[in-house]
Amino acid sequence: MSSIIRVSHLSKQFKDTRAVDDLSFTVNEGDVYGFLGQNGAGKSTTIRMLLSLVAPSEGEINIFEKKLSTHRSEILRQVGAVIEKPDCYKYLSAYDNLSIFARMSGMKVSRQLLMKQLQMVGLADRAGSKVKTFSQGMKQRLGIAVALVHDPALIILDEPTNGLDPQGIADMRNLILKLSNEMGKTVLISSHLLSEIELIANRMIIIHKGKKMVEGTVADLLDPAHSLIQVETDNNAAAKEKLKQTNWVSFLQNDKQLRLMMNKEEVPRLISDLVAMEVQLLSVSSSHSLENYFLSLTTLPGYVEPFAN
Amino acid sequence: MLNLLRIELFKISRRPRTYIAFAAIAAIVFIFQFAFKADGESYMNLMLQSVKDTFEFEKVRAINGYFMCYIILNTLLIQVPILVALIAADSISGEANMGTLRLLISKPISRTQLILVKFAAATIFTILLLLWMAITSLVFSLLIFGADDMLIFRSKGDESQILLITKDDVIWRYLAAFAYATVALTVIAALSLFLSIFAENSIGPIIATVCIVIVCTIISNINVPIIDKNVKPFLFTSYLVGWKGFFYIATTDEGVPIKGSIENWTAIRNSLLILLLHIGILVAASVIVFRKKDILS
Repeated sequence: MSSIIRVSHLSKQFKDTRAVDDLSFTVNEGDVYGFLGQNGAGKSTTIRMLLSLVAPSEGEINIFEKKLSTHRSEILRQVGAVIEKPDCYKYLSAYDNLSIFARMSGMKVSRQLLMKQLQMVGLADRAGSKVKTFSQGMKQRLGIAVALVHDPALIILDEPTNGLDPQGIADMRNLILKLSNEMGKTVLISSHLLSEIELIANRMIIIHKGKKMVEGTVADLLDPAHSLIQVETDNNAAAKEKLKQTNWVSFLQNDKQLRLMMNKEEVPRLISDLVAMEVQLLSVSSSHSLENYFLSLTTLPGYVEPFAN
Repeated sequence: MLNLLRIELFKISRRPRTYIAFAAIAAIVFIFQFAFKADGESYMNLMLQSVKDTFEFEKVRAINGYFMCYIILNTLLIQVPILVALIAADSISGEANMGTLRLLISKPISRTQLILVKFAAATIFTILLLLWMAITSLVFSLLIFGADDMLIFRSKGDESQILLITKDDVIWRYLAAFAYATVALTVIAALSLFLSIFAENSIGPIIATVCIVIVCTIISNINVPIIDKNVKPFLFTSYLVGWKGFFYIATTDEGVPIKGSIENWTAIRNSLLILLLHIGILVAASVIVFRKKDILS
């Protein structure tokens, strides 16, 4: 399975704020990849960097195995995106908007193709109406049509269900599943709702304050048997380095703490391995399931501080 | 590039504010024409007061289509920069305000291309605006007032001059004057575009453009030697009315106008070069700044 997006040590500094901090992740072909984090976690900044709207301060982005910084146009030709609220030209019709953005993507457009696209998002009967007369849900659907009109291989959706009613959210979810399952598209979708991501994504990442907290398959991460195991030693950094040389590396979380996302039943084996590595253990505690952990990030900012620091 | 330009022009053509400029020009021109048709003689009496004892003028004939166009241009070309700014200052900031800028940038077009296309579209809008001015102020004036020899009132230092250009020597001067005005107003378009990069709504850059034009125009009109020498040559506003140079006909030593001549070609050429330099600098600066800008709107 080839990687569609490969992000390595990506960082973005805005004056005094480090919006994204040493972020690495990979999205594979055919993935519906959930990008989770509370508001201000750095999701939108990361997505903007993926679309070359914002220049990274450090790190590298490869999309379709090519460097974004040197193959921008070539890459973006195969990418469709909805960034936050999908605004179009309000004084133009849905049809004109779609036609403009399709042509900008380098497509030769035909009326038939554009109408088919509008039909897919349920706007065919409003093709000639000006966008300023549209509801938020209709604008969102037009945004999706704009993102898909040039048949991209990768679709990036930044909080696509924001402002939608329950029916709109369900429709969006079905559309994403259809894009992935029936059309074989790779989708990266950001959200601040775990419940939303778990219904559609097969892999996901949680970021907090610009850093990766956890990454893995949704099935594994949401397995109730999995817990975040926090280990305290006399020298966490040294212990972490030792664990990186072992099979435990795949459970290690990429943060300053010594934490592993794993099945609780594996804890005794972890302890015996650490002892064998001559690590001075001070404490081992099971903190949260992923859902609780994510909730602690998204709803109780104060609560997460012991983990973040 | 051509495809992008077509898209840009399509967008401009569909915006109601585009037509405000055309409507404003038409309204001002028609008011002028109506006023002169109704009472042009009073104006001529006033203008010729100082010389009426020296020369004999057929006053009504002096108010003809060519003369009307000159009067209108003299007034309008000072206000038109505001109308140009209305569209050009909206180029990037308007997209940011609507939320479409991030969509544009995430398309496979380079930022340099986008700026150049925006500039080209603003230039085409400026040309169309001047074409509309030419039609309303020259063609319609000729239809209403007819064609005849053209009188030009000119202040030169402390003295006033009246120049006479024969009617068969006028049209090419207007064509040249409109071409010059296009270059001059394109500087305004380039300035507005540059300012537009820094804003997220078009009001700021429109006001900033107008303020810059006003301040620079005032400085251009201050007659202090130190400013004349050190500041004015670098201000684009010093050259905005350079189109008038095409109507300053050269004369013989006896004061007889020389048909097809211009008093100071070099000054016009230099003015044009300085305006073009301003355009080049402003567009290059726009490209450099925009390429580095993080799109956060």
